[in-house]
Amino acid sequence: MLSITGRKVELYEMSWVLRDGLRDSLVAAAPYGGPIAVMKESQCLSPSVRPQLDIYTASGVTMATFPWKSGPVVQLGWSVSEELLCVQQDGTVLIYDLTGAFLRHFSMGQEVVQSHVSEAKIFHSPYGTGVAIVTGSSRFTLATNIDDLKLRRLPEVPGLQGAPSCWAVLNQDRQTKVLLANGPELYLLDNTCCTSVVLPGGSPLDGVFVHIAVSFSYKYLALFTDTGHLWTGLANLQDKLSEVDTKIRSPPKQMVWCRRPQTQQPSVVVLWERLLLVVAVGGDTVQYPLDEACVCVGELDGVRLLSPSRHELLQEVPLVCEDIFKIASMGPGALLLEAHKEYQKSSQKADEYLREIKEQGMLGDAVRQCVEAAGHEQHTHTQKALLRAASFGKCFLTNLSPEAFVSVCRDLRVLNAVRDPSIGIPLTHTQYPVCVCVCRLVYRRLYPLAIEVCRYLKTPEYQGVSRILRHWACSKVQQKGESDEVMVRCISGRLADSPGISYSHIASKAYDSGRTELAIKLLDYEARSGEQVPLLLKMRRSQLALSKAIESGDTDLVYTVVSYVKNEMNRGDFFMTLRNQPVALSLYRQFCKLQEQETLKDLYNQDDDHQELANYYVSASYREKRLEARLSVLQSAVDEYNKAKNEFSSKATEEEMRLLRFQRKLDDEKGAGLLGLSLQATMEALLASGLQKQADHLYRDFRVSDKRYWWLKLKSLAEKEEWEELEKFSKSKKSPVGYLPFVEVCMKKSNKYEAKKYVTKVTPEQRVRAHLTIEDVEGAADAAIERRSEAEIGTVISHCSSSSSSSQRLLLDKLQRALTTANRK
Amino acid sequence: MSPHATRRVFTSKGQTDGCSPPLSLIPMAQSIRRDSPELPDFSLLKRLARDQLIYLLEQLPGRKDLFIDADLMSPLDRIANVSTLKQHEVDKLYKVEYKPIVSTSDQLCFLIRPRLQSVKWICDVVNADKAAGKFRRYKLIFTPQKFYACENVLEEQGIFGDVTTDEWGFHLLPLDDDIISLELPEFFRDYFLDGNQRWVRTAGCVLHLLHSLYGPFSKVYGIGRCSKMAYESWREQVEEGEQKGRDGEIGSVFLFDRDVDYVTPMCSQVVYEGLVDDIFRIKCGCVEFGPEVTSSDKSLKVMLNSQDKVFNQIRNEHFSNVFGFLSQKAKNLQTAYDKRCGMDIKQIKTFVSEELKGLKQEHRLLSLHIGASESMMKKKTKQEFQELLKTEHSLLEGFDIRECITFIEEHINRQCSMIESLRLLCLLSLTENGLLSKDYKSMKAQYLQSYGVDHLPTFANLKQLGILVEQPTGETLTAMENKVGKLVNDRAAGKLTDAFSSLAKKSHFRALSRRLNLVPKSDEEYDLRVPKDMAYIFSGAYVPLSCKLIEQVLERDGWTGLEEVTRLLNGQEFAASGCSEADGKARSDTQRTILVMFLGGCTFSEISALRFLGKEKGYKFIIVTTAITNSARLIEALLDNRA
Repeated sequence: MLSITGRKVELYEMSWVLRDGLRDSLVAAAPYGGPIAVMKESQCLSPSVRPQLDIYTASGVTMATFPWKSGPVVQLGWSVSEELLCVQQDGTVLIYDLTGAFLRHFSMGQEVVQSHVSEAKIFHSPYGTGVAIVTGSSRFTLATNIDDLKLRRLPEVPGLQGAPSCWAVLNQDRQTKVLLANGPELYLLDNTCCTSVVLPGGSPLDGVFVHIAVSFSYKYLALFTDTGHLWTGLANLQDKLSEVDTKIRSPPKQMVWCRRPQTQQPSVVVLWERLLLVVAVGGDTVQYPLDEACVCVGELDGVRLLSPSRHELLQEVPLVCEDIFKIASMGPGALLLEAHKEYQKSSQKADEYLREIKEQGMLGDAVRQCVEAAGHEQHTHTQKALLRAASFGKCFLTNLSPEAFVSVCRDLRVLNAVRDPSIGIPLTHTQYPVCVCVCRLVYRRLYPLAIEVCRYLKTPEYQGVSRILRHWACSKVQQKGESDEVMVRCISGRLADSPGISYSHIASKAYDSGRTELAIKLLDYEARSGEQVPLLLKMRRSQLALSKAIESGDTDLVYTVVSYVKNEMNRGDFFMTLRNQPVALSLYRQFCKLQEQETLKDLYNQDDDHQELANYYVSASYREKRLEARLSVLQSAVDEYNKAKNEFSSKATEEEMRLLRFQRKLDDEKGAGLLGLSLQATMEALLASGLQKQADHLYRDFRVSDKRYWWLKLKSLAEKEEWEELEKFSKSKKSPVGYLPFVEVCMKKSNKYEAKKYVTKVTPEQRVRAHLTIEDVEGAADAAIERRSEAEIGTVISHCSSSSSSSQRLLLDKLQRALTTANRK
Repeated sequence: MSPHATRRVFTSKGQTDGCSPPLSLIPMAQSIRRDSPELPDFSLLKRLARDQLIYLLEQLPGRKDLFIDADLMSPLDRIANVSTLKQHEVDKLYKVEYKPIVSTSDQLCFLIRPRLQSVKWICDVVNADKAAGKFRRYKLIFTPQKFYACENVLEEQGIFGDVTTDEWGFHLLPLDDDIISLELPEFFRDYFLDGNQRWVRTAGCVLHLLHSLYGPFSKVYGIGRCSKMAYESWREQVEEGEQKGRDGEIGSVFLFDRDVDYVTPMCSQVVYEGLVDDIFRIKCGCVEFGPEVTSSDKSLKVMLNSQDKVFNQIRNEHFSNVFGFLSQKAKNLQTAYDKRCGMDIKQIKTFVSEELKGLKQEHRLLSLHIGASESMMKKKTKQEFQELLKTEHSLLEGFDIRECITFIEEHINRQCSMIESLRLLCLLSLTENGLLSKDYKSMKAQYLQSYGVDHLPTFANLKQLGILVEQPTGETLTAMENKVGKLVNDRAAGKLTDAFSSLAKKSHFRALSRRLNLVPKSDEEYDLRVPKDMAYIFSGAYVPLSCKLIEQVLERDGWTGLEEVTRLLNGQEFAASGCSEADGKARSDTQRTILVMFLGGCTFSEISALRFLGKEKGYKFIIVTTAITNSARLIEALLDNRA
């Protein structure tokens, strides 16, 4: 059985100066080589002394330091975006950024103010950074994501008095739970219930649980009892890995899982005041005595060990490194490294080693091993040796893809740059995705380096440089001192036209820091008007917002501004604003037409748009049921038409009023039911009910055209079949509509006899048609021949071709002959 | 692309469809020439819309009652039938009628257009429930998008928190293989009359949708302010989203504002499909034939599209040819039926199993269309209709204007149809560049006497659009120009509403007609059976301006040489190359697929004309329109009387 293959790599000699070491201090270090916050624990100080809060880089360089002015702090922690969270005793969580600037705060609930936070934990999940607290009254409260704060008070734990002996936050099945121990009992708390759980794997442990540790990935669980037993298993509490007796009975200070992705031998690091114990799941233990107080920081692939003098990384040795550096290793990588060493010494042994690898056909593997191992090494000379060896081995291979080699070289270059003590981000290759690295640099405001990294890695500008520049600009606008012009020139000059820059975002930052004018200037650079408008409204620049909204062509945006402005301004100003913006005006008008008729009137009034106002009154008049009301509205319309110098319409409206009054009178007198009919319909109705005199009155009074009146009259006479009256009427004077209509109305009633009376009176042009109307083909033929009109003869022919009597045929011949003569002419 | 090439390929390929009658018998409805490219598959649009609707319905799990805006009924029917809705737990379907509801379901879903009226009604429903202490869940689905104004109403009425809202991006309904409609008839009034630009973005979205599904487009041409704005809105959306290079299925795009050409939709339609639309009103690709057509006591709903083989052959025909064609068709059908007389058992078996169904189907359709034609003949061959057409043609030609005016006067005095009278007045004004002041006043007075003074606002609307105007006297003209000049100097000049710019709007029909040769010389005989140009859709009297412009621009590959024309049309034309860089290698087929988008609606006659143009020049046109329109719909949209 293998013993533990762990190693301790020194990352930095700390450059900080700590007066009392790390003892009695709250220490929080962010994962992924993040910053370290240190604060003296408040109970160690007299209440009059304010503790100092220090923020350091991982190499111990001070980034910020300031005296703590708020209440006593229970716990420090870092969010995923490297914001410092300070949980106070009264449940308030204060958030600071890396430079020690206060960002915001939130509370963990009202009841905490009384009962106090007795313990707090800050944890990371796929949803972001969360905070869990347990109060003095043994109640747990959770917030899974501090950026989207939702407090959840977990149910009570039966029988729990005071603080639990130990607890941890678990993340299972997309749910955040709390596992806690109350003496020898274990409970799992979720949103709704508290369940008692038993550890799997046979015999229950004797003793009381004093410490719980969850692995970085929330997959593994370790529990330490006061009998010195360490139980390890899966976090779902289904499987047990092992149980080890450490023979140390005092409760540990810290306990952290130490494992890596695809781990071979996961182990748990247990920390006491003066002792570090590494317990492999297999059961082996290694002890490291300590000469100063340390703090452990769990990482994705190991544990960082922080002491007042140095910063170390404790990790399981990666398999490739073990293969290469193990004593007397015969792995291909080890041989290649050896070969290269000999080669540099110009020794022929180099050839021997190479041959050996080649004989096994392992050269490709050897190169790959060296490349991979280089990635895992912290020290540059080891990296170089391995990469050189790899490059040496590559010379003897023809078809090895250089990709891995190139990418490791590139990654290492970046990693080494950020690991530099002056930067102080000790990322390992496993922890290293580019964006994390760049984000870290940006949070530390190391913009030039971040941009260099992005350029070096050829990150698409949209994701890389632009984002950095945006960050830069956002922090730039928060600086005081420079004038707006200088600032705008500086920002726009630097940002130029980098893709994906949102000026509105920068502007809103500027506004937040109280520089409205700067924000407006910056907004001018924003290409998308949709983004400008909301901010402009926020800044109460509604006029500007309105014109920007209109430029965007998005009516929803225009409407947003309009409805905002409507509440903001008094009526007069509002209408004036609209008046200068026709698009907004028409939009608002349409809205008013459906929603607020009265406003519409005011709107027209304001504009002195008499024409529209009059039209509005005309439409409004039809909504009035009572005649008097209708007439008065129409009178308003007349007035407005007059003001608009629209004589025609005013006259028409006046006539309508007169007509309405007339109709009303007749309705009252005779019950004719005329109200609301048009003039023509009124006359028609009058004639139909025999009120000849009244109809005539209208005819004269409204100066109805003769044609119209004749049409009406002859139609109504025919309708009532008063043929004598009709004849009389036809003779009353010369018909203004001709006599064809007489023929037609008679024929409509199929009265051929009456119709014939009028045929002779029809003008020669229409005579053929008149004859045809009364189905007198012969007459039509005669008339057509007389007129010698080709077209008319044709029409007649088409009419008689259907029948085949002899007289018809005779007629047809006659017509044909006439046609030819007409043609000849 | 040369027309010669077109012709050559055609002769080598010739007739393909063996089942249809010989070519000589069909004057024009030939099978598609080989070099007219295939159309893209637009049924995808339906599938997308359906899937999204189902997704939205499932967002409200459990049984629910669905309320649908009346004018969404037919479009919805085309993409998801009742059983589909039932499958997704829709219990009962109701039409939105702006009355208190009777539903007992505890979940209500409203599928509506973003109209304030509908939203207000829903507010009333919810508030009534609240007052009655009834608890229900409400979901509002706006299509094709929701507007802020709607949400504002919800807020004002205090029910914003009680309902959930969603958008159903049902932008495009393919009515036929080559017609896609937005089904937004209100687009016309909203934009052109009220100057409300809320649908412009929708038009941009539509272009974006088509572009992402069938693009990239190689060229975009357009005329009109709305077209330009829609184009810009689309470009914005393209730039925001990611671009992927691939072969498009559509070549060029032509955007067309309805206000560029009001003359064409104001003319009586005489092509079969247009005539059916004028008389029976085709709704969403579907027409209801009354008892007089079906020759039974029931009326019948019929889908009119290329699936209907008989209709497909006559839809683009001048009406005078249709009867002849139908009777020939009937004879052919008879022959096909008669075939079975001389058959043995086996042959009859195959005949019954293979052909009979098709023949029966054809028979049914044939009798239907014959019925429809008869019914139309009855109406349209009357003396009056002939005179109406004659008047229209005179107006288009600019002859005998006095006589035309008398005719229109008589029309008004005799109180023939209100819409028809107004249409003739509009046509008169459009072709004559406004009425003389004296005529305008007397016509208007007579119109008001006939149909009521409440039409005053209608006239104001028509004037605002420049459809029915008074010829300005010298004095008013300068006053107007001053006003316009002042506005143009304004900073916001580019963003003037059409309401204002219409002050300067003038119809230059006569000049345009001369320049583009829109009215063929009348002394030549025009054979409607073998049409020689697009004028056949108006009996050879007039080439539709809209289609002529499209033809010219495609021929010239832009607006060069048409400067004078665009000046007469108030400018606003544009041409832009699209975003496909692969112009060179793009397949020539797709280059000849042209998407024409009418903003404000287009008529069936225009579609027929474009189909004809496509056949002549080897193009394939896809028509996208905000709605199918015709003269009556156009005018009804502008009415403002009390009705």
